[in-house]
Amino acid sequence: MSSETHFTDFKSDKQPTWCPGCGDFGTMNGMMKALAETGASPDDTFIVAGIGCSGKIGTYTHSYAIHGVHGRALPVGIGVKMANPDLEVMVAGGDGDGYSIGVGHFVHALRRNVDMAYVVMDNRIYGLTKGQFSPTSREDFETATSPEGTNMAPVNPTALAMAAGGTFIAQSFSSHSQRHAEIVKEAIEHDGFGFVNVYSPCVTFNDVDTYDYFRDSVVDLADTDHDPTNAERANDRIVDPDTEYIGVLYRDDDSVPYDAVRGPDQPMNDLPEGAPEGADRLVKEFY
Amino acid sequence: MASDLNWAIGGEAGDGIDSTGKIFAQALARAGRHVFTSKDFASRIRGGYTAYKVRTSVDRVESVVDRLDVLIALTERTIEENRDELVDGSVVIYDGERTSMQDVEIPDQSIGLSVPLQDLAEQAGGAIMRNVVALGAAAAVVDFPVDYLDEALVKRFGTKGEAIVANNREAARLGRDYVRGEFDIDTDYAIETTDADYVLLNGDEAIGMGAIAAGCRFYAGYPITPATDVMQYLTGRIEDFGGTVVQAEDELSAINMALGAARAGARSMTATSGPGIDLMTETIGLIATTETPLVIADVMRSGPSTGMPTKQEQGDLNQLLYGGHGEIPRFVLAPTTIAECFDRTVEAFNLAERYQVPVFLVSDLSMAVTEQTFPPERFDVDSVEIDRGKVAGPGYEESVADWTDADGHFQPHAVTDDGISPRAFPGTVDAAHMTTGLEHDERGHRTEAEDERVDQVDKRQHKVETAREREDLSWREFGDPDADTLVVSWGSNEGAIREALPELESRGIDVRVLTVPYLYPRPDLSGPIEAAERTVVVECNATGQLADVIEGDVLEEVDRIGKYTGVRFTADELADRIVERVMEVRA
Ligand SMILES: Cc1ncc(C[n+]2csc(CCOP(=O)(O)OP(=O)(O)O)c2C)c(N)n1
Ligand code: SF4
Repeated sequence: MSSETHFTDFKSDKQPTWCPGCGDFGTMNGMMKALAETGASPDDTFIVAGIGCSGKIGTYTHSYAIHGVHGRALPVGIGVKMANPDLEVMVAGGDGDGYSIGVGHFVHALRRNVDMAYVVMDNRIYGLTKGQFSPTSREDFETATSPEGTNMAPVNPTALAMAAGGTFIAQSFSSHSQRHAEIVKEAIEHDGFGFVNVYSPCVTFNDVDTYDYFRDSVVDLADTDHDPTNAERANDRIVDPDTEYIGVLYRDDDSVPYDAVRGPDQPMNDLPEGAPEGADRLVKEFY
Repeated sequence: MASDLNWAIGGEAGDGIDSTGKIFAQALARAGRHVFTSKDFASRIRGGYTAYKVRTSVDRVESVVDRLDVLIALTERTIEENRDELVDGSVVIYDGERTSMQDVEIPDQSIGLSVPLQDLAEQAGGAIMRNVVALGAAAAVVDFPVDYLDEALVKRFGTKGEAIVANNREAARLGRDYVRGEFDIDTDYAIETTDADYVLLNGDEAIGMGAIAAGCRFYAGYPITPATDVMQYLTGRIEDFGGTVVQAEDELSAINMALGAARAGARSMTATSGPGIDLMTETIGLIATTETPLVIADVMRSGPSTGMPTKQEQGDLNQLLYGGHGEIPRFVLAPTTIAECFDRTVEAFNLAERYQVPVFLVSDLSMAVTEQTFPPERFDVDSVEIDRGKVAGPGYEESVADWTDADGHFQPHAVTDDGISPRAFPGTVDAAHMTTGLEHDERGHRTEAEDERVDQVDKRQHKVETAREREDLSWREFGDPDADTLVVSWGSNEGAIREALPELESRGIDVRVLTVPYLYPRPDLSGPIEAAERTVVVECNATGQLADVIEGDVLEEVDRIGKYTGVRFTADELADRIVERVMEVRA
């Protein structure tokens, strides 16, 4: 990996079609910056995205990438990493993608702890389908499909992550660009599954969870005495309904990534021209 | 003297019926005899009737018959379930001293041998070995040398220690000696041994072995009957070849993991059964659009919905041919024998990479759970060839620069003469690119431009045309090439059809048989169909899914023989049904 990569190396020549002011711009830029700072290069980076405004990220970045189907980005990322340990794998998606249709994969990706980063652009709404409530929408949030509010408690992504055995759980705010890049970088560098929920406001459909709201409410854990390796303290903060924390909530420094145990030492793409050596003994086993 | 012996052990699920049957089958294979096994099992773990049947002969056997020569009945129900298959002189071994078996009525036509299985097992070291006592008893009935059983017992219990093996040997001997001492049996069933050495395996195992031989390194799956054996076979073996198996949280995840691994350059696969295919279908479209090579095995069971999970059916063909929204180029390969499961699996990986498409490998429950003997040379691992198709990058046939446009973008979806563009594995320098389920241009970026859309759809379809030209997508043929009656079939029915031929011949009916392992793209059957007076398509479903497809291809009506009871065809039954059809038409 070259240490000379610059974040613009990860930019594609496509102009984003996100609404002007969308939080996803800042989220993406921070991701690119974080990648560049870890020394990754576009040729050995693989970005997986789901479906949604957030999922368009693959088009605007330059690296190996796949833009899959709604909710299934995490398993794709796991497959990529399991097949090629040399790749820097980053998965990105929306709150609908990750916590609704793909919530099952989210829980199991946390348990599986494959060495990759997962960044969720949480705008607390469905953007691409034009403004229906999402799993992180507030209980009283009125949308076209919830005229009287959702009448459901929102999913708390970091609590879910903690409960599912996450080994790196962080939150960030797309507009605090330097801090956001730092947090994503830490997620990439974590040995295991680095999960970052990013407050990434939708300026078109969400008039509650706005830039102003987040600017006024976020509390940076870096400004507190928080010790992310203390699970108990992390839990207290994670379940605190009144504060929008940013920073690393929890980190298990002893985590052993699944791929380190069950994955190969080298990329699986190199194959001989015939059956692998020793395969003939497979027949003998049936004697 | 019957050269062909039909043996069964039946009892409750959890009684060790399967392993006992398998020990006998392995012993027979060791003794140079051909074996064909079948299982009756219910979808429950404990309780519920289950049986393992072994048909064996010095000659090849490829189907089941409705006759039992020796039956080990661990429960009364076993006798009830098999009453119709007991013939004159069949031997039924049971433990008349067990309370539950004291009042059993042995059918008139058969000979009941009450053997104190439980007592003898306890004498050998534990009641758990009563199955093995029964095996010994059955060995005495058919005059089968226990040495072969010993070998199979070592194979089965060797890892559990010498004491366990010794106890089991003792159990088998006690069973044998008891029968020899107590009964004066006429060894009408004496079985001949030969010098041949056969391997014994089932269809799922043949798929797993084919996958490793073909260089498959990544497997992700979710357990489902009857496909689970593929995953269990690969687990613990694929690692020796640099690969890994992941048990995913569901089929959606399994196929997406497999897709990710394939995209990263691994030969990758998943296997499931109908319900899993349903869940995977959305991603099949993604695989096709991103032009990712992937092998997906569908080991069919009875549907719709959860249907009858432990029963036979060939009802998924329409799903495999047409499943998914939009238009998806794909291959559908259907091995028709257990050994062919190996060949088609190897081929599936090559086709997937040569054409960069999803390849369905379709098998069925009867093939998956049946074990059959083959000469080991039948699985020619040394002749496996791995063809990765068009790959760009150092060490591969194409160069990245040749497929990079003026703006420096690699073209993973370049429109070419044959519809196939080069792919580059992630990590390849200067070929970074994206792929997407959205319609895209040649570099992989979203487009809705009409001409680009048409180019990409044409390109993807073009691959199917190229395959039709380049690949040998033929059928297999046997029987009488000049016969008036043409029988066409797919999947595991081939064995029963082969064995029905002598019976048909003796009834004055000659047939030409085609079995079709390539269901999409598929061979043109119009020649043979035109040449025949009548065509009958045999398949395990109600509507005649292959028959429908063939009618559409050749614009001619074909006749159908279907079965959807959940049980495979037997040779006798097929002979009857074919005769019936021919007579109907003649009348
Ligand atoms: C299987 C499936 N169901 C539904 C959709 C439609 N769909 C596209 S994006 C989306 C929601 C996206 O919301 P989120 O993940 O929060 O992303 P955002 O657009 O807000 O960034 C939905 C429901 C789809 N593409 N696929
Ligand atoms: S709809 Fe919302 S989420 Fe989507 S691009 Fe516009 S601002 Fe961003």
